[in-house]
Amino acid sequence: MGIDWGIIIQQFFSQGVGINAMVFAMAAIGLNIHFGYTGLLNFGHVGFMAAGAYGVGMTVFWLDQSLWLGVLVGLLLPTIMALILGIPTLRLRADYLGITTIAASEALRIFVRWRGNQERTGSSGGINDFADEFFEFNIFTRPGTETYDFAPGGLTIFQFRANDLWVLLIGWTLVAFFLLLTWQLMRSPWGRALKSIREDEDAARALGKNAYAYKLQALVLGGVIGGVAGMLQVISRQAVQPDTFNPVITFLIWTILIIGGVGKVASPVAGSMIYWALISGLITFMRELIGTDLSDELETFLNLSVLNVDQLRFVIFGGALMLLMWFRPQGVFGNREEMALEDR
Amino acid sequence: MKTGDPSEKDVAIEDPNAPEVVLGATAGGGGAGAAAQEDIPNPIAGTFDGVDPTPGSPKPDEILVAKNVVRRFGGLTAVDVDEVRIQRGAITALIGPNGAGKTTFFNLLTGFDDPDEGDVSLNGNSINGVASHKLAARGMVRTFQLTKSLAKMSVMDNMLLGAGDQRGEKLSFSLLRGSWRKQESEVRARAEELLERFSMTHMADEYAATLSGGQRKLLEMARALMAKPSLILLDEPMAGVNPALVQSLLGHVEALRDEGVSVLFVEHDMDVIMGISDWIVVLAEGSVIAEGTPDQVSSNPRVIDAYLGTEDGGASSDGRQGRDSE
Ligand SMILES: Nc1ncnc2c1ncn2[C@@H]1O[C@H](COP(=O)(O)OP(=O)(O)OP(=O)(O)O)[C@@H](O)[C@H]1O
Ligand SMILES: [Mg+2]
Repeated sequence: MGIDWGIIIQQFFSQGVGINAMVFAMAAIGLNIHFGYTGLLNFGHVGFMAAGAYGVGMTVFWLDQSLWLGVLVGLLLPTIMALILGIPTLRLRADYLGITTIAASEALRIFVRWRGNQERTGSSGGINDFADEFFEFNIFTRPGTETYDFAPGGLTIFQFRANDLWVLLIGWTLVAFFLLLTWQLMRSPWGRALKSIREDEDAARALGKNAYAYKLQALVLGGVIGGVAGMLQVISRQAVQPDTFNPVITFLIWTILIIGGVGKVASPVAGSMIYWALISGLITFMRELIGTDLSDELETFLNLSVLNVDQLRFVIFGGALMLLMWFRPQGVFGNREEMALEDR
Repeated sequence: MKTGDPSEKDVAIEDPNAPEVVLGATAGGGGAGAAAQEDIPNPIAGTFDGVDPTPGSPKPDEILVAKNVVRRFGGLTAVDVDEVRIQRGAITALIGPNGAGKTTFFNLLTGFDDPDEGDVSLNGNSINGVASHKLAARGMVRTFQLTKSLAKMSVMDNMLLGAGDQRGEKLSFSLLRGSWRKQESEVRARAEELLERFSMTHMADEYAATLSGGQRKLLEMARALMAKPSLILLDEPMAGVNPALVQSLLGHVEALRDEGVSVLFVEHDMDVIMGISDWIVVLAEGSVIAEGTPDQVSSNPRVIDAYLGTEDGGASSDGRQGRDSE
């Protein structure tokens, strides 16, 4: 049996613009506003995603309301979370926010997972099939059409299910909107003041900028964008699961932001596409490899089999990230000279 | 920049006992036009003639007053100032040995640190507990001992940030370009003017991080001026600046005074201090131990003991020394 290059190519491209790429690009746009432009250390971004996800899920599941009201709640909860986390910590040194966000995001996950919350959050089973209203409007739904293939010259590059295509259309449109929003904001005097706080909060205050208010605004804005990403993720799966919101997700979003280049408008999108295309292509390749005559050797020498090939992604990615930091620490869009600049 | 008039008014309002002669001098320097300014290099000359050279002495027209300001760090009392009164429109130097509490005192005056006790007032209004960012709007701007240029922003962006009350800096207006475009171009014009004046026009698009230490000091001062302050506090503006730039910085500081801006600055270089200051406040171990004109201070034995060292003692030449040391 040989390697099927077609499936590898298809995974590479499809996942490069797929749901995960879209969701993580959006989440990273939020984190970019936090860290890239304001210098806020948010180590619990997944908490904002969870707040959005559970906002929409619980409104439908627990309160028995419409999905659209749920979307509003999904915007409101990350806002409240940003205020609760920001008000006490943003007057303090930057690391306090870091500690608080990581703790809060874990506390939130454990809380929604708690058995006592069965009828509100679905506990560890989560909330399922709550987003039918969203898919009622799917313009791609056609009788007899399960998947859409884009195969120029017979080679399948993209393959999506109709429902995923609908999520992708809405999702990438929102990503484009948030990019435009970030771009416009950051070239306004407001964005300039935000960057001055990132560079030196005391200098900003001496020049009359209310650093606390700016940081709170940025925290809310980036948090809400993270919340929207969380909503799209759970809507696409028709499932809100507590354990999808584990701390590794925050780490992934940071990775994506760093790949793209911190503090550049389009970097979250580039970082996310690169990450998901490469990781999916690579894992598919490894799976194919295990399916060949080499499988015994892989098993014997590398202890690699279908059972653990998925774990390999973190090993590979860790290595790749180290190489990136070595050769291009500024990321794809970053500016190396700018990165080397320091206040002496 | 408007000159002379505000001090004239405030003299009348705030200190009815202000000597006539002072009022005349201030008005002459500020109001009588460029020709008069060139003839009289120091518009406030004579202001301190009748002022008692003792710690806490009242000034004819005070812009900043600090009373009983105490700041302790654990067991260490870094600042314990009974009374300091700063004259409007003058260059006042705050000197003292390393660790005397000058920077801490600056922080207390500008809301960057909170005193354990004490009152500070600006233009007669208490500013106790007023957040640091609100003071710029009230006309008080500071710079820092360790220069705080915004490294990864351009020199021009640094300057633009200095301007106060910008509509586009509000989140709610930031996306409405039309609502702030005009103000932005006004602010930019002012920034260009100031950069020109500080001979930094050619660096407008450079990152602030690429400037030399001295250029950053200039930038920080120019940026502070964007806020149109009536009082500027400079913490060691000449530290680490090469002699050629020091001259230009000094020129700028004097020009500020000539335009009616009050300057309070910390400096170590004795030649600089003696040459430029109208009045000197000496801090040692957190307290004011002496005040006076450069001549008075340099001949004050307490100051010589605490700070100046013997080589400056020769400056004593008049009877004031005797009066002060009693
Ligand atoms: N945040 C702080 N915590 C503890 N001690 C402090 C703090 N800030 C200042 N001090 C102490 O207070 C005293 C005064 O310090 P300050 O920096 O105000 O002196 P300075 O007059 O500005 O000195 P220099 O001329 O070296 O700049 C010093 O003994 C210093 O160690
Ligand atoms: Mg100091």
